[in-house]
Amino acid sequence: MTDTEAAADVPTPGRPQPSGPPASRWSALVARVRRPGTPLGRHLRGLVIGAVIVIALLELVSPFRVSQITTLSYYVVACAGLTLLTGINGQISLGHGALMAVGGYTTALLLPAGLPFLVAILTGAVAAGIVGIIVGAAAAKLHGPYLAGATLALAVGLPGLALAFADTLGGEQGLTVDVPRPPAWFADAHFFLFGSDPSTTQYLAYIGALVAGLVLFLLANLHTSRYGRVWRAVRDDEVAAELAGLRLGRLRVLAFVVSAVCAGLAGGVLALATRLVAPSGFTIVLSLSLIAAVVIGGLGSLTGAVLGSAVIVFLPPLVTGLGARAGLSDVQAAELAPLTYGLVLVLVMIFAADGAAGLVRRLGGRLRRRQGPGTGPPRSGHDAAQESDDAARRTS
Amino acid sequence: MQQFLDLTLSGLSQGAIYAAFALALVLIWRSTRVVNFAQGAMGMFTTYLALLAVDAGWSYWAALLLALGSGLLLGAFIERVVIRPVENGPELNPVIVTLGVFIALQALASLLFGAQYRSFPAPFGLTGLQAGSVNLAITPYGLFTIGAVLVTMIALVALFRFTDLGLRLRASAFNGEVSRLLGVPVGRMLTLGWALAAVVGSLSGLLIAGGELVWPAYMDPLIVYGFVAAVLGGLDSPAGAVIGGVAIGLALSYVSGYAGSEFAGLAALLILVAVLLVRPAGLFGRATVRKV
Amino acid sequence: MTAPERRSERPAPRSTAPPALVVEGLTATYGPVTALREVSIPTEPGRVTAVLGANGAGKTTLLRTISGLVRPQAGQVRLGERDLTGAAPETVAGAGVAHVPEGRGVITELTVEENLRLGSLLGRRRASGRGGPARGWSLDDVLELFPAIAERRRRPADTLSGGERQMLVIGRALLTEPDVLLLDEPSLGLAPRVVTQIFAVLRDLTEQHALTVVLVEQNARSALEVADTGVVLALGRVVAVSEAAELAADQALRHAYLGF
Ligand SMILES: Nc1ncnc2c1ncn2[C@@H]1O[C@H](COP(=O)(O)OP(=O)(O)OP(=O)(O)O)[C@@H](O)[C@H]1O
Ligand SMILES: [Mg+2]
Repeated sequence: MTDTEAAADVPTPGRPQPSGPPASRWSALVARVRRPGTPLGRHLRGLVIGAVIVIALLELVSPFRVSQITTLSYYVVACAGLTLLTGINGQISLGHGALMAVGGYTTALLLPAGLPFLVAILTGAVAAGIVGIIVGAAAAKLHGPYLAGATLALAVGLPGLALAFADTLGGEQGLTVDVPRPPAWFADAHFFLFGSDPSTTQYLAYIGALVAGLVLFLLANLHTSRYGRVWRAVRDDEVAAELAGLRLGRLRVLAFVVSAVCAGLAGGVLALATRLVAPSGFTIVLSLSLIAAVVIGGLGSLTGAVLGSAVIVFLPPLVTGLGARAGLSDVQAAELAPLTYGLVLVLVMIFAADGAAGLVRRLGGRLRRRQGPGTGPPRSGHDAAQESDDAARRTS
Repeated sequence: MQQFLDLTLSGLSQGAIYAAFALALVLIWRSTRVVNFAQGAMGMFTTYLALLAVDAGWSYWAALLLALGSGLLLGAFIERVVIRPVENGPELNPVIVTLGVFIALQALASLLFGAQYRSFPAPFGLTGLQAGSVNLAITPYGLFTIGAVLVTMIALVALFRFTDLGLRLRASAFNGEVSRLLGVPVGRMLTLGWALAAVVGSLSGLLIAGGELVWPAYMDPLIVYGFVAAVLGGLDSPAGAVIGGVAIGLALSYVSGYAGSEFAGLAALLILVAVLLVRPAGLFGRATVRKV
Repeated sequence: MTAPERRSERPAPRSTAPPALVVEGLTATYGPVTALREVSIPTEPGRVTAVLGANGAGKTTLLRTISGLVRPQAGQVRLGERDLTGAAPETVAGAGVAHVPEGRGVITELTVEENLRLGSLLGRRRASGRGGPARGWSLDDVLELFPAIAERRRRPADTLSGGERQMLVIGRALLTEPDVLLLDEPSLGLAPRVVTQIFAVLRDLTEQHALTVVLVEQNARSALEVADTGVVLALGRVVAVSEAAELAADQALRHAYLGF
């Protein structure tokens, strides 16, 4: 039995079952949403609550904050995808910045052709997905450090294309992106609701937030679906998963493609938000900050991806400000942010491999006094003998 | 023909540097099963220390010794303090830790030394040697590079093959448990292994900087080229790393010369993917890549 | 130390009294699994203690706990005056406990001679630590003892056969100048004749050098032939201790725990 067949005949909790007339399907869906505890219901409610919060923020905060929210949205999209790959399926990628570049450049190339921006962004996502198939197929055979190195090579090598095909891709200077103006219906609706015309910045933030919300919703469902479980199984015990008849290679490629599509979407939103795609925007630093976000937030948790993205977006202005006040020059102060991520990354791995989300969970657990002795961090897979070995070795 | 010869010669001196870097990666991989993605940043950092020393009026050679010495300490420090705690956990954790060190060191360098381009001195001439009336693409500095890498290799071979310390180092890398039962302080050996590797990494950082510009990210491509070289040779094989390094140096030199330097990164990527798909254990490695 | 004329014949027997190994009340766990419960075994210089028991009884764990690879939850390991409880393996080895692990413990990436040299490195350190220049064993002594590996000394150790590997690791352990020798299933996978041969060598060495030997074996019959004392472990507990000959004669015990 292949995994796709299995997926077809095992009902997945995240998906309404295709039985009965549409009306009863609808009421079944509503019932699911109402019933607390079903993942779909939880996710839908999360989506709605998130939407309300984001809309409130976008209407109330300063334009600078609004543009930060746009930045946050593409980080969230990329990190959510990377979380699926690294956290859930256990494959690392240091090349997601390059996949974002594929999405961003595709968007930038298609927009002048008069395509609606959503079509352009989605095409960019598809393009990244196609690259993801190729990279994923190569990556499926690799693990750990080999995969890290190979994807790092991708991050370093791919931007070379922009220089090699400077005529189409703009070389070092890159391509400028025409930002879409808010369409009439959007402006009308906005005026009707809030009594003001939306700024372009707000419009972009809405687009970013919409994409982020949808991606999170879809990934959350994927997470709790059979695929989520299977991916985790592959991550935790590859041999057992293979013996259980799972096709590891295909599952890995699939995870890579889903995650590449997210990166492509993120790249598209980035292109709109920064109004420019250039090799300097998609360096190793971008790829590494994605990994940093995912790890700091907590490997394997979408909440963690959001938290981590928030750290990456909001920490730099904060520490830069602190540094400037402490007497550093602006250029120096700007380096405090990566210095902080780097150190935090190391500290998280040493002291709290489940990151911020794990910390929140553990604190919450402690507050509710539900913390049993068996619930440790999920990915500290030591075995006892090894631990005593370590312990012995530390003493040397 | 002249161009081919020139590209071969410059490829060789670049390749020597890649070989040194790849060797640093292999030494660490063999003993601790960690690919040290921070190796480039570490080499960058120690090269900046050398640059400070040169600014302060030190000779090139004193600065070189300073860089290698601080590489030794930096390597030992990083193994002891940040790698040791994650060594036996999931295999992703040390990868992420080295990435964290990479990001942090690079930021620290920008903070301390500034992010602007600085030129780094070379102890020997940078103009091509003459052979009769023909200008060759090999410079005195290029010859020095090749020589320095060769001397380092020979010193390492001598250390590992012919000394008791080398035997202990190898034993610890191959079988920690049995080594400990034979009284070898394996923890200390691993620290020393990292320290030695960091010296070699520092050397490669210094050599590639000679006569060129340095800035905090100047080693980034070298991480990739060095990694590709190491994988090409089989991550477990020091000799493979050296051969891999020279091969990558030549290949990238030809690609840059005939197609354009913007293709170098892509070529490295293609070589890597080809090796991993066709011969994942590398040309000289024995280990299998995926252990299912 | 009485060995001014080294390597004249066999290494000279030592004159100072060797320190005694004390293993008392060891309890060791792997996470939720308790592998040893208050295990004490009798040992004595010049005598072989056989530790027997079914698969999973805790024999390997016992040796690993003595040599420091596993930390005990409770109990004591002492060698002479020195408390080695919970010490690091390299410390225990340095104190004179040579552990030949299960599965032979050859470092296959090194040559035969390099494996032996690793043993000598520790032996030299121990000899100089004791203040005496005299080494009980040299590489040549060991090669003379095991001619089979002498011919293969420059070859990678992974080209050796099972029996040759066993000789190699025993030889390597001897080169560390041990006072205590812990052997984990040395007969595993060897032809009966080779087992007899190795056990005979072991017997000689124990007596000549006043070694304290703890011999873990599945092969209870042969082990009891060579041993002075026998200990039977079951589910991490000591269920019987007595003279080897008595154990071998106790039919009920043999049937219940030793399967012969
Ligand atoms: N690393 C480990 N992690 C968890 N449990 C272990 C570990 N090693 C051994 N055990 C358990 O401890 C118990 C004792 O194991 P041990 O290896 O000491 O047995 P043994 O007597 O040497 O068996 P055998 O004759 O098969 O070698 C067994 O139940 C085993 O499953
Ligand atoms: Mg055993």
